[in-house]
Amino acid sequence: MNPGRLVYALLLLAAFALPSTAQAMHISEGILPPQWAALWFAIAIPFVAWGLRDLRVKSAREPFFKPMVGLIGAAVFVISCMPIPVPTAGSCSHPCGTGMAALLIGPTLTVVVSSVALLLQALFLSHGGLTTLGGNIVSMGIVGAFTGWAVFRLSCRLGLPVWVAAFLCGLLSDWATYAATAFELASALHGDGSLLHLFATICLSFLPTQLPLGIVEGVITAGVYRFIATRRPSLLECLGVEARRGPCACGRKMEGVQ
Amino acid sequence: MKNVIIVAALVLAFAAGLTFLLGRHPANWAGVDETVVEKYAEAAGRPARKPYINTDQGDLLLFFFLIAGAAGGFIAGYCFRELFPPEKKP
Repeated sequence: MNPGRLVYALLLLAAFALPSTAQAMHISEGILPPQWAALWFAIAIPFVAWGLRDLRVKSAREPFFKPMVGLIGAAVFVISCMPIPVPTAGSCSHPCGTGMAALLIGPTLTVVVSSVALLLQALFLSHGGLTTLGGNIVSMGIVGAFTGWAVFRLSCRLGLPVWVAAFLCGLLSDWATYAATAFELASALHGDGSLLHLFATICLSFLPTQLPLGIVEGVITAGVYRFIATRRPSLLECLGVEARRGPCACGRKMEGVQ
Repeated sequence: MKNVIIVAALVLAFAAGLTFLLGRHPANWAGVDETVVEKYAEAAGRPARKPYINTDQGDLLLFFFLIAGAAGGFIAGYCFRELFPPEKKP
Protein backbone atom coordinates (compact mmCIF):
# COMPACT_ATOMS: atom_id res chain seq x y z
CA MET A 1 0.00 0.00 0.00
CA ASN A 2 1.20 3.53 -0.79
CA PRO A 3 2.64 5.03 2.45
CA GLY A 4 0.85 8.34 1.81
CA ARG A 5 -2.51 6.60 1.56
CA LEU A 6 -1.73 4.56 4.66
CA VAL A 7 -0.99 7.68 6.74
CA TYR A 8 -4.11 9.37 5.31
CA ALA A 9 -6.26 6.36 6.18
CA LEU A 10 -4.80 6.09 9.69
CA LEU A 11 -5.40 9.80 10.29
CA LEU A 12 -9.03 9.51 9.27
CA LEU A 13 -9.47 6.31 11.27
CA ALA A 14 -8.01 7.97 14.36
CA ALA A 15 -10.32 10.94 13.89
CA PHE A 16 -13.42 8.77 13.68
CA ALA A 17 -12.35 6.52 16.54
CA LEU A 18 -12.60 9.16 19.24
CA PRO A 19 -14.36 7.60 22.19
CA SER A 20 -16.73 9.34 24.56
CA THR A 21 -14.65 9.52 27.72
CA ALA A 22 -11.51 11.30 26.80
CA GLN A 23 -10.04 13.21 29.66
CA ALA A 24 -6.49 13.00 30.86
CA MET A 25 -3.96 15.74 31.25
CA HIS A 26 -6.47 18.60 30.98
CA ILE A 27 -7.32 20.18 34.31
CA SER A 28 -11.08 20.03 34.76
CA GLU A 29 -13.42 22.95 35.44
CA GLY A 30 -13.26 24.44 38.92
CA ILE A 31 -10.12 22.72 40.19
CA LEU A 32 -7.86 25.79 40.08
CA PRO A 33 -8.65 28.63 42.52
CA PRO A 34 -9.53 31.93 40.74
CA GLN A 35 -6.20 33.67 41.46
CA TRP A 36 -4.24 30.73 40.02
CA ALA A 37 -6.54 30.47 37.00
CA ALA A 38 -6.01 34.21 36.36
CA LEU A 39 -2.24 33.86 36.68
CA TRP A 40 -2.06 31.09 34.08
CA PHE A 41 -4.25 33.14 31.72
CA ALA A 42 -1.91 36.13 32.20
CA ILE A 43 1.06 33.94 31.26
CA ALA A 44 -0.69 32.31 28.29
CA ILE A 45 -2.13 35.40 26.57
CA PRO A 46 1.21 36.99 25.43
CA PHE A 47 2.30 33.67 23.92
CA VAL A 48 -0.98 33.33 22.02
CA ALA A 49 -0.57 36.92 20.71
CA TRP A 50 3.02 36.14 19.69
CA GLY A 51 1.82 33.01 17.86
CA LEU A 52 -0.94 34.90 16.02
CA ARG A 53 1.58 37.48 14.85
CA ASP A 54 3.91 34.72 13.62
CA LEU A 55 1.00 33.06 11.81
CA ARG A 56 0.25 36.27 9.89
CA VAL A 57 3.90 36.87 8.97
CA LYS A 58 4.69 33.29 7.94
CA SER A 59 1.44 32.80 6.01
CA ALA A 60 2.19 35.90 3.95
CA ARG A 61 5.70 34.61 3.19
CA GLU A 62 5.01 30.91 2.45
CA PRO A 63 1.78 29.89 0.64
CA PHE A 64 1.98 26.30 1.93
CA PHE A 65 1.99 27.46 5.54
CA LYS A 66 -1.77 27.78 6.08
CA PRO A 67 -2.61 24.20 5.02
CA MET A 68 0.32 23.02 7.14
CA VAL A 69 -1.04 24.82 10.21
CA GLY A 70 -4.52 23.45 9.40
CA LEU A 71 -3.20 19.90 9.19
CA ILE A 72 -1.15 20.19 12.38
CA GLY A 73 -4.02 21.92 14.21
CA ALA A 74 -6.44 19.13 13.30
CA ALA A 75 -3.86 16.53 14.29
CA VAL A 76 -3.22 18.18 17.69
CA PHE A 77 -6.98 18.43 18.28
CA VAL A 78 -7.55 14.75 17.49
CA ILE A 79 -4.43 13.46 19.27
CA SER A 80 -5.06 15.47 22.45
CA CYS A 81 -8.55 14.06 22.97
CA MET A 82 -7.78 10.46 22.07
CA PRO A 83 -7.21 8.39 25.20
CA ILE A 84 -4.90 5.43 24.78
CA PRO A 85 -5.21 2.49 27.19
CA VAL A 86 -1.92 1.62 28.89
CA PRO A 87 -2.06 -2.08 29.86
CA THR A 88 0.87 -1.79 32.30
CA ALA A 89 -1.01 0.88 34.31
CA GLY A 90 -4.61 -0.21 33.69
CA SER A 91 -5.62 3.36 32.94
CA CYS A 92 -5.95 5.67 29.92
CA SER A 93 -4.25 8.87 28.94
CA HIS A 94 -3.61 10.80 25.77
CA PRO A 95 -0.55 12.06 23.92
CA CYS A 96 -0.50 15.80 23.16
CA GLY A 97 1.00 16.13 19.67
CA THR A 98 2.65 19.40 20.64
CA GLY A 99 6.19 18.05 20.18
CA MET A 100 5.38 17.07 16.59
CA ALA A 101 3.66 20.43 16.04
CA ALA A 102 6.58 22.42 17.46
CA LEU A 103 9.01 20.51 15.26
CA LEU A 104 7.05 21.33 12.09
CA ILE A 105 5.46 24.75 12.60
CA GLY A 106 7.49 26.13 15.51
CA PRO A 107 6.60 26.61 19.17
CA THR A 108 4.70 29.91 18.91
CA LEU A 109 2.24 28.56 16.32
CA THR A 110 1.90 25.40 18.37
CA VAL A 111 0.63 27.60 21.21
CA VAL A 112 -2.06 28.94 18.84
CA VAL A 113 -3.21 25.53 17.56
CA SER A 114 -3.17 24.11 21.10
CA SER A 115 -5.27 27.04 22.35
CA VAL A 116 -7.87 26.48 19.63
CA ALA A 117 -7.95 22.73 20.31
CA LEU A 118 -8.25 23.23 24.07
CA LEU A 119 -10.98 25.86 23.68
CA LEU A 120 -13.08 23.61 21.42
CA GLN A 121 -12.61 20.68 23.80
CA ALA A 122 -13.62 22.81 26.80
CA LEU A 123 -16.68 24.22 25.00
CA PHE A 124 -18.14 21.14 23.37
CA LEU A 125 -16.46 17.99 24.64
CA SER A 126 -16.55 18.51 28.44
CA HIS A 127 -12.80 18.02 28.25
CA GLY A 128 -10.78 20.48 30.36
CA GLY A 129 -12.50 23.68 31.42
CA LEU A 130 -13.01 27.33 30.55
CA THR A 131 -11.64 28.66 33.85
CA THR A 132 -8.68 26.26 33.63
CA LEU A 133 -8.04 27.02 29.94
CA GLY A 134 -5.06 29.28 30.75
CA GLY A 135 -3.42 26.56 32.84
CA ASN A 136 -4.01 23.95 30.14
CA ILE A 137 -2.58 26.27 27.44
CA VAL A 138 0.52 26.85 29.58
CA SER A 139 1.17 23.15 30.21
CA MET A 140 0.26 21.70 26.81
CA GLY A 141 0.80 24.62 24.47
CA ILE A 142 3.68 26.56 25.97
CA VAL A 143 5.72 24.13 28.08
CA GLY A 144 5.16 21.15 25.76
CA ALA A 145 5.91 23.08 22.59
CA PHE A 146 8.95 25.03 23.76
CA THR A 147 10.47 21.96 25.46
CA GLY A 148 10.03 19.83 22.34
CA TRP A 149 11.43 22.54 20.10
CA ALA A 150 14.45 23.20 22.37
CA VAL A 151 15.20 19.48 22.71
CA PHE A 152 15.05 19.04 18.93
CA ARG A 153 17.39 21.98 18.27
CA LEU A 154 19.82 20.91 20.99
CA SER A 155 19.87 17.30 19.78
CA CYS A 156 20.60 18.42 16.22
CA ARG A 157 23.41 20.66 17.45
CA LEU A 158 24.87 17.73 19.38
CA GLY A 159 25.04 15.85 16.08
CA LEU A 160 22.34 13.25 16.78
CA PRO A 161 20.54 11.83 13.73
CA VAL A 162 17.46 13.93 12.94
CA TRP A 163 15.01 11.06 13.53
CA VAL A 164 16.52 10.56 17.02
CA ALA A 165 16.15 14.28 17.67
CA ALA A 166 12.50 14.04 16.53
CA PHE A 167 11.90 11.08 18.85
CA LEU A 168 13.40 12.95 21.83
CA CYS A 169 11.34 16.01 20.89
CA GLY A 170 8.07 14.03 21.11
CA LEU A 171 9.11 12.10 24.22
CA LEU A 172 10.27 15.04 26.31
CA SER A 173 7.52 17.41 25.21
CA ASP A 174 4.97 14.87 26.46
CA TRP A 175 6.71 14.38 29.79
CA ALA A 176 7.23 18.13 30.20
CA THR A 177 3.51 18.74 29.60
CA TYR A 178 2.52 16.37 32.38
CA ALA A 179 5.23 17.75 34.68
CA ALA A 180 3.82 21.25 34.08
CA THR A 181 0.30 20.00 34.86
CA ALA A 182 1.66 18.46 38.08
CA PHE A 183 3.29 21.78 38.97
CA GLU A 184 0.10 23.74 38.29
CA LEU A 185 -1.91 21.39 40.48
CA ALA A 186 0.71 21.28 43.23
CA SER A 187 1.17 25.05 43.32
CA ALA A 188 -2.60 25.62 43.62
CA LEU A 189 -3.45 22.77 45.96
CA HIS A 190 -0.51 22.28 48.34
CA GLY A 191 -2.02 24.51 51.04
CA ASP A 192 0.17 24.35 54.15
CA GLY A 193 2.00 21.28 52.86
CA SER A 194 5.18 21.16 50.87
CA LEU A 195 4.86 22.25 47.23
CA LEU A 196 7.82 20.09 46.21
CA HIS A 197 6.43 17.02 47.95
CA LEU A 198 3.00 17.32 46.29
CA PHE A 199 4.63 18.05 42.92
CA ALA A 200 6.79 14.91 43.20
CA THR A 201 3.79 12.84 44.35
CA ILE A 202 1.63 13.92 41.40
CA CYS A 203 4.53 13.35 38.96
CA LEU A 204 4.97 9.83 40.35
CA SER A 205 1.23 9.20 39.95
CA PHE A 206 1.43 10.20 36.28
CA LEU A 207 4.52 8.05 35.71
CA PRO A 208 3.04 4.53 35.06
CA THR A 209 0.74 5.89 32.33
CA GLN A 210 2.87 8.65 30.90
CA LEU A 211 6.19 6.82 30.74
CA PRO A 212 5.04 4.46 27.95
CA LEU A 213 2.81 7.10 26.33
CA GLY A 214 5.77 9.48 26.06
CA ILE A 215 7.61 6.78 24.14
CA VAL A 216 4.57 6.36 21.87
CA GLU A 217 4.54 10.11 21.27
CA GLY A 218 8.25 10.02 20.45
CA VAL A 219 7.66 7.24 17.91
CA ILE A 220 4.75 9.20 16.35
CA THR A 221 6.91 12.33 16.05
CA ALA A 222 9.84 10.44 14.52
CA GLY A 223 7.40 8.62 12.17
CA VAL A 224 5.83 11.86 10.97
CA TYR A 225 9.28 13.36 10.40
CA ARG A 226 10.36 10.25 8.49
CA PHE A 227 7.20 10.31 6.36
CA ILE A 228 7.68 13.95 5.31
CA ALA A 229 11.41 13.41 4.72
CA THR A 230 10.57 10.54 2.37
CA ARG A 231 7.52 11.99 0.65
CA ARG A 232 8.33 15.70 0.39
CA PRO A 233 11.76 16.59 1.83
CA SER A 234 11.63 20.15 0.44
CA LEU A 235 8.84 20.87 2.93
CA LEU A 236 11.22 20.25 5.85
CA GLU A 237 13.71 22.70 4.36
CA CYS A 238 11.05 25.37 3.88
CA LEU A 239 9.79 24.84 7.43
CA GLY A 240 13.32 25.29 8.76
CA VAL A 241 13.50 21.76 10.19
CA GLU A 242 16.45 20.98 7.93
CA ALA A 243 19.09 23.26 6.43
CA ARG A 244 18.04 24.73 3.08
CA ARG A 245 19.85 23.48 0.00
CA GLY A 246 18.18 25.93 -2.34
CA PRO A 247 15.30 28.41 -2.68
CA CYS A 248 11.93 27.32 -1.31
CA ALA A 249 9.78 25.84 -4.06
CA CYS A 250 6.85 24.59 -1.96
CA GLY A 251 4.61 27.53 -2.76
CA ARG A 252 5.18 27.30 -6.51
CA LYS A 253 4.59 23.54 -6.45
CA MET A 254 1.32 24.04 -4.62
CA GLU A 255 0.15 26.67 -7.08
CA GLY A 256 0.82 24.18 -9.86
CA VAL A 257 -1.25 21.55 -8.12
CA GLN A 258 -4.22 23.80 -7.51
CA MET B 1 -8.11 -9.21 -2.58
CA LYS B 2 -4.75 -9.73 -0.88
CA ASN B 3 -5.06 -6.39 0.94
CA VAL B 4 -8.59 -7.23 2.10
CA ILE B 5 -7.38 -10.53 3.60
CA ILE B 6 -4.46 -8.77 5.35
CA VAL B 7 -6.75 -6.08 6.81
CA ALA B 8 -9.34 -8.68 7.91
CA ALA B 9 -6.60 -10.76 9.59
CA LEU B 10 -5.27 -7.69 11.41
CA VAL B 11 -8.77 -6.70 12.62
CA LEU B 12 -9.45 -10.25 13.87
CA ALA B 13 -6.05 -10.41 15.61
CA PHE B 14 -6.74 -7.03 17.24
CA ALA B 15 -10.20 -8.17 18.42
CA ALA B 16 -8.75 -11.40 19.82
CA GLY B 17 -6.01 -9.51 21.65
CA LEU B 18 -8.51 -7.05 23.05
CA THR B 19 -10.81 -9.84 24.26
CA PHE B 20 -7.89 -11.50 26.02
CA LEU B 21 -6.63 -8.25 27.55
CA LEU B 22 -9.98 -6.94 28.77
CA GLY B 23 -11.02 -10.35 30.08
CA ARG B 24 -7.88 -10.83 32.15
CA HIS B 25 -7.01 -7.34 33.28
CA PRO B 26 -8.79 -6.14 36.44
CA ALA B 27 -8.32 -2.43 35.59
CA ASN B 28 -11.23 -0.03 35.02
CA TRP B 29 -9.29 1.98 32.39
CA ALA B 30 -10.17 5.33 33.94
CA GLY B 31 -8.34 8.38 32.58
CA VAL B 32 -5.52 9.93 34.59
CA ASP B 33 -7.75 12.95 35.11
CA GLU B 34 -9.83 10.76 37.40
CA THR B 35 -7.04 8.68 38.92
CA VAL B 36 -4.59 11.54 39.40
CA VAL B 37 -5.85 15.11 38.76
CA GLU B 38 -9.29 14.87 40.38
CA LYS B 39 -8.01 12.62 43.17
CA TYR B 40 -5.55 15.26 44.40
CA ALA B 41 -8.01 18.09 43.77
CA GLU B 42 -10.65 16.39 45.91
CA ALA B 43 -8.11 15.68 48.64
CA ALA B 44 -7.31 19.41 48.68
CA GLY B 45 -10.99 20.34 48.90
CA ARG B 46 -11.38 21.60 45.33
CA PRO B 47 -13.32 18.92 43.44
CA ALA B 48 -14.01 19.43 39.75
CA ARG B 49 -17.32 21.06 38.95
CA LYS B 50 -19.55 20.32 35.99
CA PRO B 51 -18.57 22.09 32.74
CA TYR B 52 -20.45 25.32 31.89
CA ILE B 53 -21.65 23.67 28.69
CA ASN B 54 -22.26 20.17 29.97
CA THR B 55 -22.38 17.84 26.98
CA ASP B 56 -21.67 14.84 29.20
CA GLN B 57 -25.31 13.75 29.26
CA GLY B 58 -26.35 10.40 27.84
CA ASP B 59 -25.22 9.93 24.26
CA LEU B 60 -24.82 13.67 23.70
CA LEU B 61 -21.08 13.55 24.36
CA LEU B 62 -20.69 10.66 21.94
CA PHE B 63 -22.47 12.75 19.28
CA PHE B 64 -20.16 15.71 19.87
CA PHE B 65 -17.08 13.51 19.79
CA LEU B 66 -18.17 12.02 16.48
CA ILE B 67 -18.82 15.48 15.04
CA ALA B 68 -15.43 16.66 16.33
CA GLY B 69 -13.71 13.59 14.93
CA ALA B 70 -15.40 13.96 11.55
CA ALA B 71 -14.55 17.69 11.35
CA GLY B 72 -10.95 17.11 12.49
CA GLY B 73 -10.55 14.22 10.04
CA PHE B 74 -11.99 16.25 7.16
CA ILE B 75 -9.75 19.28 7.83
CA ALA B 76 -6.68 17.08 8.26
CA GLY B 77 -7.46 15.16 5.07
CA TYR B 78 -8.15 18.31 3.06
CA CYS B 79 -4.91 19.98 4.14
CA PHE B 80 -2.99 16.73 3.71
CA ARG B 81 -4.03 16.50 0.06
CA GLU B 82 -2.93 20.08 -0.53
CA LEU B 83 0.48 19.46 1.01
CA PHE B 84 0.99 15.93 -0.31
CA PRO B 85 -0.88 15.69 -3.62
CA PRO B 86 -1.26 12.22 -5.14
CA GLU B 87 1.76 11.25 -7.17
CA LYS B 88 1.09 11.18 -10.90
CA LYS B 89 1.37 7.73 -12.41
CA PRO B 90 3.64 7.59 -15.49
